[in-house]
Amino acid sequence: MSMPTGSPKTGTAADAPVTGDVVAIKNFAFSPATLKVTTGTTVTWTNQDTDAHTVTSAGSDGPLHSPALATHATYSYRFTKPGTYAYLCSIHPFMTAKVEVTR
Amino acid sequence: MTRRQLIRHAGWFGGAVVLTVAGGEVFSHIAGSRGSSAEAATGTGGALRFVQVSDSHIGFHGPANMDVVGSFTEAIDQVNTLGFRPDFVMHSGDLTHLSTTDQFDQVRQMMTGLRTDRVFTVPGEHDSIGDAGRAYRQVFGEGTLGDGWYSFDTHGVHFIALVNTLRLEKLGHLGTEQIDFVRKDLAGLSSDTPIVVFSHIPLFAMYPRWGWSTDDALKVIALLRRFSSVTCLNGHVHQLFTKTDGNITFHSATTTAYPLPKPGRAPAPTPQVVPARQLKAALGIRTVGYRQGDRELAIKDERLA
Repeated sequence: MSMPTGSPKTGTAADAPVTGDVVAIKNFAFSPATLKVTTGTTVTWTNQDTDAHTVTSAGSDGPLHSPALATHATYSYRFTKPGTYAYLCSIHPFMTAKVEVTR
Repeated sequence: MTRRQLIRHAGWFGGAVVLTVAGGEVFSHIAGSRGSSAEAATGTGGALRFVQVSDSHIGFHGPANMDVVGSFTEAIDQVNTLGFRPDFVMHSGDLTHLSTTDQFDQVRQMMTGLRTDRVFTVPGEHDSIGDAGRAYRQVFGEGTLGDGWYSFDTHGVHFIALVNTLRLEKLGHLGTEQIDFVRKDLAGLSSDTPIVVFSHIPLFAMYPRWGWSTDDALKVIALLRRFSSVTCLNGHVHQLFTKTDGNITFHSATTTAYPLPKPGRAPAPTPQVVPARQLKAALGIRTVGYRQGDRELAIKDERLA
């Protein structure tokens, strides 16, 4: 699909998995887009935008269900099972990211 | 080609959507599960005229518009001083900013000030946060089917109101149950019945990168192809945009709250902060008129006065 220019994150560097336990929501994107954690890790998202966002599992059966996060609001979730957890902002669903959980 | 739909732009900015059809029938109801499609009004006289307002974002607080309540109040006043009483007003979604009970209650109360026979709504993604639209339907879902969709007939025109904000996966989504509803809803209609479809997110691919498209809309478009006059009216993108695809025409409405950038002209669809005068020029309402005999549809967008 041909798109006009202006994508903020098409480079491979931005999509490379990052180890840690925090995700920033900034400029209508989750950073890092792929977060790697081990089971038992509590991940915290912080909204740094002026608009509201959510952290919401893709599909209907995922565990991530934040409320609408105002500016500076945070949401945390502890991952207890291995797997890949895809999520999005339900208000701006083109904002997608994932958490990869390993033992 | 003698009956080809003719779109007449009365002005790039206008006011409300006025559908004008000869056929003096009493204004419609929300069709329930029975007989929704066979009630096309016939006769002479009554012109159908309706208004579309959109994306009011009641509850938004930010520099892009410090007073969305004031802007929506002005829009309501503008509808009430059009010089005619619209048959109905459709709010095409994002009534609220954060789906809270208070915001739904506030926008519902504000819309009771509209001088019209009936107010219709479809939910936006901001009206569906976290609960798949349940709070929205508690206030606005009466008489609707499924997750809040419905259809109705008036003045010889068939209207369908779709919900494409509940199961978002990057793009808007209609779902199998709703598409089946459309299929059955259209089945009994003559192909020369004018069709108007409302949705929040565009049914056409306006700019998928920002979610400005509906991933399964082509299944509905396919069902609409046989009709000689189809008009799809949406909100969501906070700016006027028109696209024609055969006998199907798409019209994105503007907002009463704040402008968004043109596709790709910014890194993200962030609320745009503009000088006050430019803000007012970016906000507005829409009227639509339709005349049954010559199949003429008039869409008129007006900036906020």
